[in-house]
Amino acid sequence: MIPDPIRAGLASGWKTIDAAALTRDMELEADVVVVGSGAGGGVTAEILAQAGLKVAIVEEGPLASSTDFRMREREAYEGLYQDNAGRQTSDHAITILQGRCVGGSTTVNWTASFRTPRRTLAYWKDALGLATMDEASLAPWFARMEERLSIAPWSTAPNRNNDALRAGCEKLGYSSGIMRRNVKGCLNLGYCGMGCPANAKQSMLVTTIPSALDRGAILVHRARVTELVFEGDRVASCDAHGIARNGATPSIYRVRIRARHFVLAAGGIGSPGILLRSNAPDPHDQLGRRTFLHPTVISGALMREPVQAFYGAPQSAYSDHFLEVPLDGPAGFKLEVAPAHPVLVAGVLPGFGEEHAHWMSRFDRLQVTIALLRDGFHPESPGGRVVLRSDSSPVLDYPMSRYLWEGARRAFLTMAQVQFAAGAQTVMPVHEQARGCDSWEASRKEIESLAMQPRNARVVSAHVMGGCAMGTDPRSSVVGESGQHHQVGNLSVHDASLFPTSVGANPQLSIFAIAARLASGLAAGLRNSRTAGTKGPSLPV
Amino acid sequence: MGGRALAAPASGYRVLDGRSAGVVRALAPVVLASALPAEAAARERALGAIVESFDRGVSGLAPAVQKEISDLFTFLDFAPTRVAFAGLWSPIAQSPPEELAAFLARWRSSRYELQQASYQALTQLIHASWYDLPESWGAIAYPGPPALPR
Repeated sequence: MIPDPIRAGLASGWKTIDAAALTRDMELEADVVVVGSGAGGGVTAEILAQAGLKVAIVEEGPLASSTDFRMREREAYEGLYQDNAGRQTSDHAITILQGRCVGGSTTVNWTASFRTPRRTLAYWKDALGLATMDEASLAPWFARMEERLSIAPWSTAPNRNNDALRAGCEKLGYSSGIMRRNVKGCLNLGYCGMGCPANAKQSMLVTTIPSALDRGAILVHRARVTELVFEGDRVASCDAHGIARNGATPSIYRVRIRARHFVLAAGGIGSPGILLRSNAPDPHDQLGRRTFLHPTVISGALMREPVQAFYGAPQSAYSDHFLEVPLDGPAGFKLEVAPAHPVLVAGVLPGFGEEHAHWMSRFDRLQVTIALLRDGFHPESPGGRVVLRSDSSPVLDYPMSRYLWEGARRAFLTMAQVQFAAGAQTVMPVHEQARGCDSWEASRKEIESLAMQPRNARVVSAHVMGGCAMGTDPRSSVVGESGQHHQVGNLSVHDASLFPTSVGANPQLSIFAIAARLASGLAAGLRNSRTAGTKGPSLPV
Repeated sequence: MGGRALAAPASGYRVLDGRSAGVVRALAPVVLASALPAEAAARERALGAIVESFDRGVSGLAPAVQKEISDLFTFLDFAPTRVAFAGLWSPIAQSPPEELAAFLARWRSSRYELQQASYQALTQLIHASWYDLPESWGAIAYPGPPALPR
């Protein structure tokens, strides 16, 4: 039997509250409320708790753990993802995979760990004036989080899905590499996206959150933050309501948490959504703007032999060859693969009836390559905007610009070329008009003829970034370099929503490192203000 | 067009009412084609499980999106809108499969966001509902999740 650290922790007396099970209102006090328990919130909670601060973590999703992770897709999508893994942009053109559980997306991601690319940091520093975001001063924070989360190069052979990407790139002379992953004792199962059943993935769920709870933090889960309550120019409390499951009506009972400081780490869409809902100051109309996605297009290849892309570490190979282009030129993209599980593949393959059934009947020979477009660096890639629906829920408007569609077409071409080089029999760009071709020459013609339009090319995203941009000028950003809100003194943002562009790589390690640095600064500041005489409130639990 | 209230699901369902469940049941064989079992009892069981799973899938979407799906079913149920926008003269549950396939194909290639997005929502939810069931895995050579070391 694999030990379950969460069940053990609960048995040891962790303070947790299931807000959806409450039968009355509740009030709590803390030094700091951390909203969200993913990459930003998890790291922040641990560092603040280590500094001796009383931390309350509020998470919208449930506290599920390895015993619950049964490698079944729908169960996982319904329990652990926003909108049952069917969150979409307002025009239904982009499907967004985002975690919604304790540990956030780190509980369900595929473990890819990249430091923020040098060129991204250089752009933030040189073009956007973020003087503290230089490689040298961030390096120790990356190193610290890499050690904390056992991030190391994947030394087991890649599965056939990943190896096809590596082999295709090698044959064509495109550079490629082996990923680093945040795993310890990985069983190479392939089900990272459904929650690691072996607790090998060093997600927030099994690392920083337990560590914060061991130090007395309180975790309020199945609790959606409805608003931050302002008193003057400060946040006085955070109000949350229980939410039993995705799509459910929130509980009538309120959890109100008073604190000295509030950290938003509810992710892209979530963090700007809470600020919009709370009517937070936004004098320059910046909130929710410049939200980025790494819009991702997909190419399926039918290989001659079984690929079994459902087994083995889901992502281990990648190519940055097509990111090595000028940031102010045509859109660059990163090549990776996606694991193939039946629901994921069936939901993405275009068509219906025999056309769809035909592809599904060859499911085990499917190789899936994806291209993540780097958005946010070019004037024609200004990103999307998070807005509120009439029921106050946040939704992302993200129009794909012609600039990005041009990149998508080049990405389809490159993926087909790489897949044929790796021995594909047929290549199928995931696009409603595509029918699949048996040679690179035919595929090239097909892709050149495809209309690059919303809902024709299937576009997905697993990386929501921006919306509360970090910057030095309040006229063009929401938070400063310390993560502190420009207009609200006791409010910070510590998640991907503060990135001023996309990262240009899978973002988790960027979030870990930057959150670690911001949280350490915040902890020092709060400790100083306490020793200076501010009374530290205490948890009544 | 006003959406039907989601508060009155048919018995056993979270959000679908009886007519919406009938629409899903009629569309599923067209969407899944030969992927569905041919044997009558197995097919019946599969269709029941698909409708139930479809219902669960919709119930987990954001309430605003649930409302859109509810509106879609109203739209497909109300004869004037069904004829005008879906090109179907008979109620979906009574339409022959070839007419349903032609309707889905029209919406698939439609220039209009509403039709294209509705086509995708219907087909994706049906696909997801079926391929989550272990009964579907034999035909696609998916052995299922591996056993964990104990």
